[in-house]
Amino acid sequence: MTLPDYCKYSRAQTTRPALRGPTPSTTMISAFFIFNQKGELLISRLYRPDVKRPIADVFRIQVISSSDVRSPIVTLGSTSFFHVRVNNVYVVAVTKNNANAALVFEFCYRVITICKSYFGKVDEECVKNNFVLIYELIDEINDFGYPQNSEIDTLKSYITTESVVSSQIVAEESSKITSQATGVTSWRRADVKYKKNEAFVDVVETVNLSMSAKGTVLRADVDGHIQMRAYLSGTPECKFGLNDKLVIDKSERGAIDAVELDDCRFHQCVRLNEFDSTRTISFIPPDGEFELMTYRSTSNVKLPLRVIPTINEIGTTQVTYLIVVKTNFGNKLSATNVVLRIPTPLNTTSVECKVQTGKAKYVPEENVVVWKIPRVQGGQELTFNATAQLTSTTTRQVWARPPIDVDFQVLMFTASGLIVRFLKVFEKGNYHSIKWVRYLTKASGTYQIRF
Amino acid sequence: MSGQGQDAKFFQRGKIQEFRQELQIAETKDKKFTKRKTVLKKIVANITMGNDMSALFVDVVQCLGTPLLEIKKMVYLFLINYGRAKADSIHMVIPNFLQDCNDRNPLIRALAIRTMSYIPIPVVLDNLTEQLRHHLKDRDPYVRKTAAICVAKLYAADPRKAERGGFVELLRDLLVDSNATVVANAVAALSEIADRPDGVVFKLNLTVANKLIAALGESSEWGQIYILDSLLRYVPETHADAELIGERISVQLQHANSAVVLTTIKVLLYLMNYMNNRTLIEHICKKMGPPLVTLLSSGPEVQYVALRNILLIIQRRPTVLKNDVKVFFCKYNDPIYVKLAKLEIMYRLANEENVKEVLAELEEYASEVDIDFVRKAVRSIGRITIKVEAAADACIRSLLSLIETKVSYVVQEAIIVIKDIFRRYPGRYEGIIPKLCENLDALDEPEAKASMVWIIGQFANRINNADELMDDLTYNFLEEPIEVQFALVTAAVKLFIYKSSSDPVKALVHKVLKWTTEEVDNPDLRDRGFMYWRLLAINPTVAGEIVLSEKPAITNDADRMDRGALDQLLLHTGTLGSIYHKNPETFIRGAAGRALADSPALNPLSRQVLVPVQRSGPSAGPLVVPGPGPIEPGTGPVASSPLPLNTSKPSPPLPPDSATGGLLEGEGSGGEEDEDEDAGFAKRRSGVGAYPVPTDPYASLDTAFGNRTQDEQMDAMPALMMPFI
Repeated sequence: MTLPDYCKYSRAQTTRPALRGPTPSTTMISAFFIFNQKGELLISRLYRPDVKRPIADVFRIQVISSSDVRSPIVTLGSTSFFHVRVNNVYVVAVTKNNANAALVFEFCYRVITICKSYFGKVDEECVKNNFVLIYELIDEINDFGYPQNSEIDTLKSYITTESVVSSQIVAEESSKITSQATGVTSWRRADVKYKKNEAFVDVVETVNLSMSAKGTVLRADVDGHIQMRAYLSGTPECKFGLNDKLVIDKSERGAIDAVELDDCRFHQCVRLNEFDSTRTISFIPPDGEFELMTYRSTSNVKLPLRVIPTINEIGTTQVTYLIVVKTNFGNKLSATNVVLRIPTPLNTTSVECKVQTGKAKYVPEENVVVWKIPRVQGGQELTFNATAQLTSTTTRQVWARPPIDVDFQVLMFTASGLIVRFLKVFEKGNYHSIKWVRYLTKASGTYQIRF
Repeated sequence: MSGQGQDAKFFQRGKIQEFRQELQIAETKDKKFTKRKTVLKKIVANITMGNDMSALFVDVVQCLGTPLLEIKKMVYLFLINYGRAKADSIHMVIPNFLQDCNDRNPLIRALAIRTMSYIPIPVVLDNLTEQLRHHLKDRDPYVRKTAAICVAKLYAADPRKAERGGFVELLRDLLVDSNATVVANAVAALSEIADRPDGVVFKLNLTVANKLIAALGESSEWGQIYILDSLLRYVPETHADAELIGERISVQLQHANSAVVLTTIKVLLYLMNYMNNRTLIEHICKKMGPPLVTLLSSGPEVQYVALRNILLIIQRRPTVLKNDVKVFFCKYNDPIYVKLAKLEIMYRLANEENVKEVLAELEEYASEVDIDFVRKAVRSIGRITIKVEAAADACIRSLLSLIETKVSYVVQEAIIVIKDIFRRYPGRYEGIIPKLCENLDALDEPEAKASMVWIIGQFANRINNADELMDDLTYNFLEEPIEVQFALVTAAVKLFIYKSSSDPVKALVHKVLKWTTEEVDNPDLRDRGFMYWRLLAINPTVAGEIVLSEKPAITNDADRMDRGALDQLLLHTGTLGSIYHKNPETFIRGAAGRALADSPALNPLSRQVLVPVQRSGPSAGPLVVPGPGPIEPGTGPVASSPLPLNTSKPSPPLPPDSATGGLLEGEGSGGEEDEDEDAGFAKRRSGVGAYPVPTDPYASLDTAFGNRTQDEQMDAMPALMMPFI
């Protein structure tokens, strides 16, 4: 057989040229495990012959039993363990080579997402309850250590909890599945039908704030997620528009009403080439819920809540708190589920709190006062007064003063100022479709004020 | 959404005999095969728990007749687990396999070859090879993509069989398959085969590279990674080729999968070595920055991978993230590994413009709970003091305020860095020495203590009670750790040189040298003791010149990796090697090294500093790869140890362009200071050698303490002469 010249390869020679091209090492996951907190295996799948089952014991001893694990990757000899903790289980991938670490973690995340989508949650009970199905799934989405198509919509079309009689699967039906699993739009079935064609767009922004004790903003940025729930028939072609201006070079500032996005990333379905050349976001959506894009914005971030703490240590026996919370949005809007976590020194014995709105409670095991406010209307101002009593300690250790953490949600508000301009749906059937947009700005563990 | 299963109850240790019985009972009266399904689930649960179920082989295989797909999959899972252990019985299943291989349903066909290829036993592989040939050309792409990976499995099990069967050629044909998923798996399989030491060579030329890039848009995210990764097998012959491909793949930077982003960055960084158009290089660098920062919004594990890579990338391509230090500020609830990685990047990105903010952050971290993190924060303040001269005053102020906290590990860490600051800015901050001396008693760590001792010795002329302090410090000389002992010996000699007229000082140095030469077991320390003694004996003035010689200024340049090493390491972007900052061949058995391939398009500077692949196995050192963290100034060649005659000095001379991409980026060259330092060291060394060394080493020892009384000398001499007696 003669080889076409586009691909030259030959048997390796014993003497290799001194300057050989880089040889990329491949990405191979040798084994995949799910452990519970006790280190018992709930799922154990060896993909490659270079690892044996006892390797799981190594992980149990080195990571689960160890009190001080300071890295998500542990390398012992040539073996590396990548782990992700979720609720009370460890999701673990083992490699024996110079693995693509980002890929291995993305694979672990994907398994978690798939399980969430299939079973609603991921924890020990749920893994045990569905272990046979999980085995099926991880056999499908990883072959010999190489992650394979893992689009949830497609998987759900042929890996199900219902008993399938093999002879019943019509070959044609399967061909549809296989061509979807390997096809150009692997994320979508072709035969989707809805009576009412609707698409819901949720713009969810998480605000990251770090404010110094002096009240200056050290860091304020927005992680935006655009979630879409598409219930559209056929193969709809969508075009999506925002009031954004993607800034590659900060010096090229443009229109004032445009929101500056530092970066955005798109779901597999978005045509990146088109975005690159014309900045249009066009795609054929998966059926149902998916994350269309994520973005990041760092300029002109509107902070929904302003927190002004005055905290004084009086001698070594008392700490007084005065915390004022001001809203920074219109009167028609409101912040809900506002939770402030206000740190107290480790040797606090009791805290006396006074609040007009919401409830404040000292939680000794976490060394915080939790102040919960169900709803704050725009323009409102709230205050919190408290005094913490401290026991005297023999070793005078300085209080580390962790930041005050604020969680909240504000509907119909975007901290970045982003607005969805349009969502157009084109389909052969030329049906009418209804589109809905919702905005939500929130913080959970990311909005921190030092004092 | 499918409902919750109820299978947790099967996680119970069971006996082989019971399962066998249950399976037999299930053969009759098993409506919808629920009984069989239940037993099989119990067996799979037991396999998971680690109970050997292989004895049930025959019984389980019987279930293959059941027409339920779920049961088939469980039996196949059983076979994957025990097929190899039961090589003598495996022939029983071959007919079932073959039947499934030829099923009308493509999913079943794929399942069959996928399972067979997991059982590397000759009888299975022989049957597989017969089938695989057809499946590689199956009309269904799902079967072809599965078959492609099967070839890799076959090659792993029996390379000769795979080659004789012509499978590599068949695999190569799939590179131009009409289906992108098939192409991607073929690329993955070929890459794996080529990476084996005995594998085939797999290189890409421009045409194939372009074809693969065309398939990128249609392949799954994982497939994109396999294809992008393989582009490192393409060596551009012209600048234009590299530039064109770079532009084509750069759109992938917007992908939601972080591994796609990092792999794209790897290929871009690789291709840049073959580019010439500076505007384009600049543009690509700018384009890479935001996606890298966005990775910090992923899960903490991916953040960690991203941070460790960013640290490498900004050393080679500083333009990628010039003005973004704020995004690397730590969040209070970041996991510790993320915090430590961020800290190192903050230090790298600190410059005159942002140093105020960075310093304020670091001070904040110094009051946190995690001791290791606090220490590294303090150390980073010290390193920034050395790096950014404009901020030195502010840094010193913050270090002093940290010392005032009296938190033991903070104080100790501060003293360690202040020692280096004294060397970086001679004559500027010695005024704070009394403050440092107040904390003498708090020092219980060797490095901190050694640093303090060095400070006292070096500036003994400015510390009024230096002799008292030294007397205190030497009280437990023999119990001190070795590095403190070294520091004490040298400091004592310095003190003597400054205050040679003081009797207590004479006594002190005599005492210390005597201990060193007579009672210490460490040969290096003993040698040093003898050497000082002789120096002092031969010529105290010259000894002073040597011991208190002007030390080379400390710089930060040497903790930057040199460009050749960076170029090589960046070929591993996103992989384990990039996390540990080590080439994989140095810590993974059988890992293939990488080097830039030469071509007419290769940047001349890259070629000049190119580090060829070293085909050596991993060193037999400790098995654990040390975790990351800021480079300790004490270990790098930057900061010399407190000993004036430091022998750990010269780092390999760096080429002049070693600094951050050097001339290519139009940045100033930073290597000269290193060269100066080396040159200065050489001079000092030759200077030492130039003094006449008497033939009898002990000949003029008695002049060492010239104005001692006879008695004292007598005390000293016999011990020293012991070896001759």
